[in-house]
Amino acid sequence: MTRFARWRRPWRAAAAAGSAALGVGLLLWSLLPIYNMLLIALDPDEGETEFAGLIWPPEPSLNSFIGVLGQQYWYLEHFWRQLGNSFYVGLLTMVLTVLIASLASFSVGRLRLPWARWLTKAALLAYAVPASLVAIPFVWMVHRYGLSDSLWAVIGAEVMFALPFAVLVLEQYATIIPFELDEAARIDGASPLQVYRHVYVPLMAPALAAVGTFALLLAWGEYLYQYLLLSSTRHWTVAVAIEQFFDADEAPWNYMMALAIIYSLPPVAIFYAVRRYMAAGLTMGGVKG
Amino acid sequence: MTGVRDIAAVGPFARDRRTGRRVGAPYASELVWAVAFILPYAAVFAGFGLYPIAYGLWIGKDPALYAELFANAHFFEVALNTAIFAGFGANAMMVLALLLSGFFMQRRRWIKALLVLCLLPWALPAIPAYVSFHWMLLGEYGLLNSLARELFGLQWPVWFNERWTALAADIVAYMWKWLPFWILIFLAGRMAIPPDLYEAADIDGADGPRRFFHVTLPLLANLYLICTALCAIWIVGDFSAAKLVSVGSPGMSSEVLASLSVRYAFVSSRPGLGVAAALSTLLVLVPLVVLLMRRIEARRLQL
Repeated sequence: MTRFARWRRPWRAAAAAGSAALGVGLLLWSLLPIYNMLLIALDPDEGETEFAGLIWPPEPSLNSFIGVLGQQYWYLEHFWRQLGNSFYVGLLTMVLTVLIASLASFSVGRLRLPWARWLTKAALLAYAVPASLVAIPFVWMVHRYGLSDSLWAVIGAEVMFALPFAVLVLEQYATIIPFELDEAARIDGASPLQVYRHVYVPLMAPALAAVGTFALLLAWGEYLYQYLLLSSTRHWTVAVAIEQFFDADEAPWNYMMALAIIYSLPPVAIFYAVRRYMAAGLTMGGVKG
Repeated sequence: MTGVRDIAAVGPFARDRRTGRRVGAPYASELVWAVAFILPYAAVFAGFGLYPIAYGLWIGKDPALYAELFANAHFFEVALNTAIFAGFGANAMMVLALLLSGFFMQRRRWIKALLVLCLLPWALPAIPAYVSFHWMLLGEYGLLNSLARELFGLQWPVWFNERWTALAADIVAYMWKWLPFWILIFLAGRMAIPPDLYEAADIDGADGPRRFFHVTLPLLANLYLICTALCAIWIVGDFSAAKLVSVGSPGMSSEVLASLSVRYAFVSSRPGLGVAAALSTLLVLVPLVVLLMRRIEARRLQL
């Protein structure tokens, strides 16, 4: 690299050593808590969180994973149903967020709705309202309209949280799509709905994928609303199921960690599958502000 | 399809002479479509956003609630925790993210591979991450203290027995989770800087630190400010770190306002007091949002 060309040799060696040390440090920092999860989950004894000074448990056991998947503990008796609920909430939040946000950004960016700027600002303001401030009246509202213990109330909350950021990212992304394409379609006699379906959505596909993934991960990982809104174990999501272990004094922690690991696998897999889209789509909103 | 009318509708769009962009309001026929397209968004925003917020403000309008809130010394303890969490956490996070993004700019294979691994905390949902931190730092036999004892013979404190170390644990766990996100933001920011500027600086004989202070930093200053404000706002609204890592221990002294308001509302069944505690964060949030809006506005004008 040219910028190092003028540096003397010892400096270069020191810089390389510093880079390597920083790299090792970052690796340890990123992996230590994950390693800790594995250690506890693989421990054969229930409730064992002590660390024996060994890098790997002497008798690693997959009992806890088998226990979770086979619903063998009474805390886990609805595991598969709760996993299904998590997917249901996540996927519906994704679909609704993509649909509503793309329609809104089309209206604001392409059809030039007059109060478009006001809307973007309102979306920004929504960032600043703490989720816990809205949670208390939200729960009251849900009870009042008979939606308590309903997954739809949770989906509504998650869509609400995903939307402002989604609209912001889509609006930014849409600025790189030339208006001439819309106009050409309009001259050919397309209605705004047809322009949306045949021009806007196909060209916006990468940003829509990013926004959809963002919504899915948000709904999967969020837990305050799921914890407050869902009361019966059959309607719980996995996030709530993990939290219940905290309320017990004598819970099998290896089961809890196994549950936490299983719960983490889908979002991690999705994240790495669409990582390029995610990074490009999500950072764009941030950088272009 | 009435082609002629559509051509007429498309033809006379006013254009900005300099940018070539369409300007001005749409025609009436388009306005109907525009309103129809925005309707679902407006409905969700009004029903699930504005309505609960308005109701929250209505619950929290009683001055007696604030008198009761401020009469409790615990409130000020919690407010201080929140201020430290946001003030220290956001700034430390931004400094680290800015510096580390420079490290990850290096075009070496192993550094790119390392970045992929370092994104793992961001990909992991918050609950497992915080639960793991809780067990890792718990008591004398958590992984961290055990490692310190076995490897280096050190006796580290019991983190959750002391208010300040418990709060520090929450901050560290929060930073672990979100640092990769901010590194990516600054990486994108650094990549947007034209390389010519660095070449010019090279010709002028600028070395590493000078390139950073005279090229990178001025160009990223606005982004840095926006990100700091946004990060602080998000920390003030964060409930899970304090709830799951330190669980408020010892004796709820490491709580933050978000977890306090939820506890008042749903454990003590005092929704009014909970809303009042949540609303008290607006004292900090409103200036931050104003700052954010102004900086983003400045950025728009500049582009």
